[in-house]
Amino acid sequence: MTTTTTPAVRKPVAWGRIALHIGCLAALLVMLYPLAWLLATSLKPADEVIASLDLLPSHLEWSNYSTALDGVNDVSIWRLLSNSLLIAGGAVLGNVISCSLAAYAFARLRFRFRGPLFAFMIATIMLPHHAVLIPQYIIFNQLGLVNTYWPLILPKFLATEAFFVFLIVQFMRGLPRELEEAARIDGCGPFRSFFKVVLPLTRPALITTAIFTFIWTWNDFFTQLIYLFDPDKFTLTLALRSFVDASSTSAFGPMFAMSVIALLPIVLFFLAFQRLLVEGMASSGLKG
Amino acid sequence: MTTTDIPAPAARKPAATTAPKRRPKRESQGPAWVFLSPWVLGAIVLTLLPMAVSLYLSFTDYDLFNPPRWVGLRNYVQMFTEDPRYWRSVMTTLTYVVIAVPLQLALALAVALALKSMKRGKGFYRSAFYAPSLLGASMSIALVWRAVFNDGGTVDNLLGTGGWVNKPGWALLAVALLTVWQFGAPMVIFLAGLQQIPGELYEAAAVDGAGKWRQFVSVTVPMLSPVLFFNLVLQTIQAFQVFTPAFAIGAGKGGPADSTLVYTLYLYDRGFVASHMGYASAMAWVLLIVIGAVTAVLFRTSRSWVFYASEGDR
Repeated sequence: MTTTTTPAVRKPVAWGRIALHIGCLAALLVMLYPLAWLLATSLKPADEVIASLDLLPSHLEWSNYSTALDGVNDVSIWRLLSNSLLIAGGAVLGNVISCSLAAYAFARLRFRFRGPLFAFMIATIMLPHHAVLIPQYIIFNQLGLVNTYWPLILPKFLATEAFFVFLIVQFMRGLPRELEEAARIDGCGPFRSFFKVVLPLTRPALITTAIFTFIWTWNDFFTQLIYLFDPDKFTLTLALRSFVDASSTSAFGPMFAMSVIALLPIVLFFLAFQRLLVEGMASSGLKG
Repeated sequence: MTTTDIPAPAARKPAATTAPKRRPKRESQGPAWVFLSPWVLGAIVLTLLPMAVSLYLSFTDYDLFNPPRWVGLRNYVQMFTEDPRYWRSVMTTLTYVVIAVPLQLALALAVALALKSMKRGKGFYRSAFYAPSLLGASMSIALVWRAVFNDGGTVDNLLGTGGWVNKPGWALLAVALLTVWQFGAPMVIFLAGLQQIPGELYEAAAVDGAGKWRQFVSVTVPMLSPVLFFNLVLQTIQAFQVFTPAFAIGAGKGGPADSTLVYTLYLYDRGFVASHMGYASAMAWVLLIVIGAVTAVLFRTSRSWVFYASEGDR
């Protein structure tokens, strides 16, 4: 393309670039293949799923989707979808509120043992979930809350996901202190300066927290597997589980139609917020 | 989360010295504790207390229905000396970690290096390579993976493998490849790190006659080492806790022939399927100790290879 117009001296550079682009595109094709496969298979008639080598179906089998909409174990997909949304929505609300509160204290306020408590908070990021899982389960079991959504939502209101506290702390530390000091001189206490000054400025970090919480909660399988038994209360992820042991290939089409439906919110979130997500990920690891 | 961050609050003296200037010395700590209260409650009720309880339970026989019965070190002894499936799960997890983490990080670094100096399309590639990191954790993709690597699936058709998912020696590789596929998250962090390396360093190296490879070894690697270390620690810790892909690919039971029975899957099986909560607690504590030890070793070795350009002044 550009090689024809660029001077001869720069030619090798341009070729290198083109090779780089070709390499990246080839890698992308391989990487995105499973997604294309999923989409294609969700529209394949039953006899083509395994037998055919073609990625594309001979005709589009929309009935896979209507079967998927009927749901699993007599629970409609709308029910599963709203269960998933309820849990993810509750988790988002909980994480945004509780993590921003804790982050403000760590980033801006003075209190005793701040250093050790901050170090402890960081350490809990590395703590394997399994070390607290069983007693947490026992606590919720004693409270009669197993097989409800409380064990999945309540912990988020107690800032248990330290990763997000850390993310918001890092962001708040980058905000100019002068704004808050001005607010203080104008007579704002810590509460008003948090709500009126700091929180609005922290919005990018809060949105990152909200999006990641949504996606991770939506994808979370382990916690839902442990706490929910009633097919009525299942999420989309858990409903897909019933296909895990199924060895028959007849249900393949509907199963992958349902998988597509389960992935749809994440794909939409990704397309809408990709820049923010990617940068949120990059900055959570860096920016000391 | 990087090592430099941990001492940060203590080192942040300027904040402490500006505050008393305007107000009388003893500022109330009350508001801080109000802000902290949800976190404190969570830390006590959902972290510290459960850790203590799970340590206690690990010395008991407990099935959720009858009161826990003290058995001393019985669970640990049984785990280490009488339970071949336990060792199976340990070896499976270690194999998985050793395959998945280095491959994933190598790929992440290679792609980040390729994208680094790209002028056009960088944003597009960055997002596109990152997408699997968000989607890959889902059950949907795990099911796709099982089908693609199954007997008659795409990989079998291409390579004539006969389906890795059904072969005890190969199923774990399919699980590992699903993790490798999600290299976008560490890649994005690598890329951000690469962009923070000052261009003058490369110019100076080039003036000194350093070729591309030499520049990579002498400039890129040391300047990137904190980020590399961060990714290594994070991905290793996460890899030790892999669950969903092994669950899906191993048909919920770690099959075939326990070849995908990773540690957390066996823990789930002992605790929540077989109702041996004491045994599962002992397993959880061993996992905690192993992850702590691995992290500590990584931190210790990091002293010899991680290079902080701006030691402590950030």
